Amino acid sequence: MSEGFSITVNGKLVRVAEGTSVAAAVMMANEPCRFSVRGEARGPLCGMGVCMECRVTVNGVAHQRSCQLICAPEMAVVTG
Amino acid sequence: MSTGFDVVVVGAGPGGMAAATVAAEAGRRVCVLDDNAAPGGQIWRGFRAETARKYPHGRGFLDWTARFERAGCAIWAGWRAIDQPAPGFLRLERDGEKCDVGFGRLILATGARERFLPFPGWTLPGVMGAGGLQALVKGGLDPKGKRVALAGSGPLLLAVAAGLQSAGARIVGIYEQAPLVRLAGFGLTLLGQPGKLAEGARYRLKTRHAAYKTGCWVVQAEGRGRVEQVTVTDGRKQWKLDCDWLACGFHLVPNLELPRLLGCRIVRGYVAVDRLQQSSMAGVACVGELTGIGGLEKALVEGQIAGWAAAGREAEARALTPKRQRLQRFALRMDRAFALRPELRTLARAETVVCRCEDVAQSALEGCAGWREARLHTRCGMGACQGRVCGAAAEFLFGWESSGARPPVFPATVSTLAAEADAPQTARR
Repeated sequence: MSEGFSITVNGKLVRVAEGTSVAAAVMMANEPCRFSVRGEARGPLCGMGVCMECRVTVNGVAHQRSCQLICAPEMAVVTG
Repeated sequence: MSTGFDVVVVGAGPGGMAAATVAAEAGRRVCVLDDNAAPGGQIWRGFRAETARKYPHGRGFLDWTARFERAGCAIWAGWRAIDQPAPGFLRLERDGEKCDVGFGRLILATGARERFLPFPGWTLPGVMGAGGLQALVKGGLDPKGKRVALAGSGPLLLAVAAGLQSAGARIVGIYEQAPLVRLAGFGLTLLGQPGKLAEGARYRLKTRHAAYKTGCWVVQAEGRGRVEQVTVTDGRKQWKLDCDWLACGFHLVPNLELPRLLGCRIVRGYVAVDRLQQSSMAGVACVGELTGIGGLEKALVEGQIAGWAAAGREAEARALTPKRQRLQRFALRMDRAFALRPELRTLARAETVVCRCEDVAQSALEGCAGWREARLHTRCGMGACQGRVCGAAAEFLFGWESSGARPPVFPATVSTLAAEADAPQTARR
């Protein structure tokens, strides 16, 4: 196992081990993934690519299902 | 033009891996596709060869992974099947890229998801599925020191609690809605399968410091911006618990979108299949949770049957029939044991959101005659999850049956949709 690397979640540096899902990293950063149509904060629910609650923007690409995406070095994640 | 395969398997969990392995070993050209980054499905998610032995089901993972890798199937990870553009073809998408894959035989092993039921506070961050939290922890989320309450229904609750406990979480309680008398009866039927009883006993031993209460359920979650406290009831009194996470799922429901799209006949919530796992659609087999929620062993046996059948080796497939029948009965008994109590229909209040994608409240749905009317009038089920969460809830709450699936069965990019009318093009991966 490697010692891991850092990504950013809303600008915050988060240290993650290799193989960490983006959803796990967002939770470790203590950030909600998105805001609902009425403005409620939402976090991951199903953890397996079904519920779409964990959608975030990754490296500028919107609507990425963070639970099915693995962190890569220098990834920039933006939630909300 | 056509670089299709003899056999395409959708879903690389244990059922799909077994099906693909057997068909490839029998000489067929096989492609396995899965929307996750790696094979293994939910139960073997995040397992590594070096550490698998430590986990329950690690042995089976090592054996099947080795066989699967030797079998030499094409493994297309990260691809989602979204449509059938023509008979014998599936349209796939990955990261906005589209491709069509041709098949002679199709084996669907799309697994199951948790059933979620709405209750006040269920949309707060920190309220997750039980399997959901397990998947996140397998994906690197550290549960050390977190106070976790587990609630809902199904054997998954105890398994997840044991896993979390091993990873350093503090389990504050496990609340199973099914009554003890029903679970005890289910336990008795397992006397002939001591392995399953022993597995349950091991999980309980691991979590022995936490309460495991049957006939109890969560009625509310509260917190500022995230869950901080949950209210639990046994039907007579209520009490509150402080927690950092609530893991709450009400057993499992099969992922029927693709079989529905292809026209497979569904009976009582599962794909109807014969003893060779063949659905009502010629050339389309379904295995694992799609034909009854039965877990790992059932998926492996049904996968092998479908794999043999796809390779034209009926005798080998039929040799597994007795095992299959036993596991099918097990799945039926499990459904009965963990059937949901009617009180759970009354948890959502008028303002409680039922459809999380479109924020549709319970009160908006009460006047609707059915699923179709709810969709048209309230947008319930019209959001990004396409009714995967609220559809299963509405089925239980209102008795609405979800209608057929329409393409794309997963959200797809505009460029992929713009190509919908194209003839199938089998692209290189």
